[in-house]
Formats: sequence, C-alpha cells, structure tokens
Amino acid sequence: MLRLLSTLLLLLATLPATAAEEGGRVPLPVIDSGTAEQCVEPVEFMRRNHMELILHQRDETVYRGIRTKQQSLRNCINCHAVDAAGQPVSLDDPQHFCVSCHRYAAVKIDCFQCHSGTPEEGVPGVVGARAWSRGLAMESAR
Amino acid sequence: MSEQPIDRYRRRLLGGAVAAGTLTLAPGVFLHRIAEAKTDAEPVTSIVRWGLLVDTGKCSDCTACVDACREEHGWHGHDRPRSDAQWIRKVELRDRSTGRRVSLPMMCQHCAEPPCVDVCPTGASFKRADGIVLVDKHICIGCRYCMMACPYKARSFVHEDLTDQKPHSPRGKGTVESCTLCVHRVDAGQQPACVEACAQDGGGALLFGDLNDPRSAIHQALATFPSTQVRADLGLDLGVRYRGL
Repeated sequence: MLRLLSTLLLLLATLPATAAEEGGRVPLPVIDSGTAEQCVEPVEFMRRNHMELILHQRDETVYRGIRTKQQSLRNCINCHAVDAAGQPVSLDDPQHFCVSCHRYAAVKIDCFQCHSGTPEEGVPGVVGARAWSRGLAMESAR
Repeated sequence: MSEQPIDRYRRRLLGGAVAAGTLTLAPGVFLHRIAEAKTDAEPVTSIVRWGLLVDTGKCSDCTACVDACREEHGWHGHDRPRSDAQWIRKVELRDRSTGRRVSLPMMCQHCAEPPCVDVCPTGASFKRADGIVLVDKHICIGCRYCMMACPYKARSFVHEDLTDQKPHSPRGKGTVESCTLCVHRVDAGQQPACVEACAQDGGGALLFGDLNDPRSAIHQALATFPSTQVRADLGLDLGVRYRGL
C-alpha cells in the first residue's frame, strides 16, 4: 500500500515538469529580464518581492518627493519593457516583461491603468539597454 | 508634517535651537538657508513653500499656459466640456461699471489649509511638506467630495479609460486630479510647464518660486507690490497669488 502511494506521489510530482519540458501543454511565461546585469536585487528575491519594493517606493515618491531611480516603476519599465532588439514592447504584447508573467500567474495588476507601461522616448540608454548591459557583461568578463 | 531626521541633524550641527530656515548669527544678523535644488534621495521639507504669482497686467488673451499644461500632462479631452478634465483654465473678469477686462489663469491654488484635504475620506487628498496639494491616486476612491469642497473648481474627475499616459504624470479612470504644480519638474529643480510657456510664448505673467525664501523673486515681488488671494475671506492662505485684480 505504502509503495503504491509513494509511486503515485512520485508520478504526480513529475507530471507537470514533464508536461512543461515537452512544451506546448503548459504555456510558460517569457521571462527575459532584458538586462544581463543585476540592477536591484538577485533574481530570486525580485521574483517574490518586486511588489514590496515598488509599493514602498511609490509612497516615498508620492508623499516625500523621493525620486531615486533604482526602484522606481518608471526605471523598471525603461529597461525591462524592451525586446531583444531594444525596441519598446507594448502592454498588449504577451511578450511584455510584466504581462507575460502576470498572465501565467493569473495575478491582475492595476499599475498600468494609470502608469505608462512602455519605455520613455528619448531617454538615453533605454533603447539598446540590452546591448549596453551586454557590453558591461563583456567588459567584466575580460 | 513631522521634522525630518536630517534637518534635526543639521540644526544640531549648526549649534542649538534654530527657527525653521533661519539662523541667528548675531543680533540683527540672519543667515537664511539657501534653497538649493534637492537631490533625488532627499525628501521635501517645509523649509520651502512653493508658490506662483500671476501678474494679470502681463496676462493677455493667449492660452500658452493651458496648452503647455495639457501637453505636459496629456489631459486631452473628448469634446465634452462639462466633464472633460481641466487642470488649468483661462478666466475673464469684466468690471460692469468701467468695462475693464482682466484675463487670468485659474488652477489649484495650493492652499495652506486645503478644504479638499479636510473632506477627503481616504486621505488621498494631501498636502506635501513643501505646500504642493496633490491627490494620491493609489488610494483615491473617486467620491469627488474634494471637487465639491474646492472653492476654485480646480479639480476634475477622469470618466474614461485612458491609454498612453505620460510616464511622469500617471492618470487613470475613477480618480480625481488637478494641477500638481508640475511636481515632477519642481523636484528636478525646474519650473512648472505653464511658467516656462508663459515666459516663452506669453507675456511672462507667471512667477514661480519659494514663498519662504526672502531672496526669491516671488517673495520680493510679494513684499514690494500689492497682491490678492482669490476669496481671501476664506482664510485658506493660498500658494497662488494674483497681482492687478
């Protein structure tokens, strides 16, 4: 009985993984961070806690006028909402950095009812942020 | 607004009890804190109070300030004048007996005692330490009490879904909004969009600056010439003053 149960559990545990690996049955989010360098915190921390950082920065900016760029939503978007060629990605595009993961996790966000979800025009380093960070990575590898 | 730790530290450093912004070196000699542009990491303080002086003598029929504001914050309407957002508008006054006409821009007056803040049930309507009255749209529930409380009809409600908002000026359906005194520009050490546009394309009728700083142009103008607060009888201590009304 115990053996049967453990086999069943093992089967259940491996099932989603295989399905995902085979591709197609479970649609996975497109997580492409856009920049090669760590900007704020390690990826694992950011995946779980990005909303806390953004919420904190939101109140600091609105009430106290603190406009440091590193944790501002605007700065996140400027670097992340670009495609591999460094071109802006719109919110309607399922490949959008925020949208792809939030669709997968079925977590509805209302940030973009008011905030712009695409990079600012004419901000230096926005278009081609990826190329820029690649250059950085190459430099540090040297 | 509570005192920021950094200011307490600075005052201690300067040696003892000092009234906000003014240091007494010797009897009759004062050293005023220089209003430098703040860095991004510094919070706003009540040492400065931002204000605007409108010289109606230089204000003509043009709408440079309104156009610049609309462009800066993207409040393009839907051709529905009764419900479209309007952060700033031109008002024309006419003296019935003499026929004298005065044109002036009217917007949020950035009261020191704002009625919109008094009536807000969620605390979304608030006044920043430096005197700028804002709406925290994250917690605004769109009840519009503030719109009814404002004696200047300065606030608007967003009725429609919006797209393509300006990155520096988030706006959204179901929230109330008004002139922010271009807080994003002020924090970066710039002038509000209307002031810049008036100097460029208008008559240079708008003067922006720190009301608390005795060396600022606006403080000196207010100290030299008579000026008016609209509906001064309400005792709201306005940040926007008019000359020649």
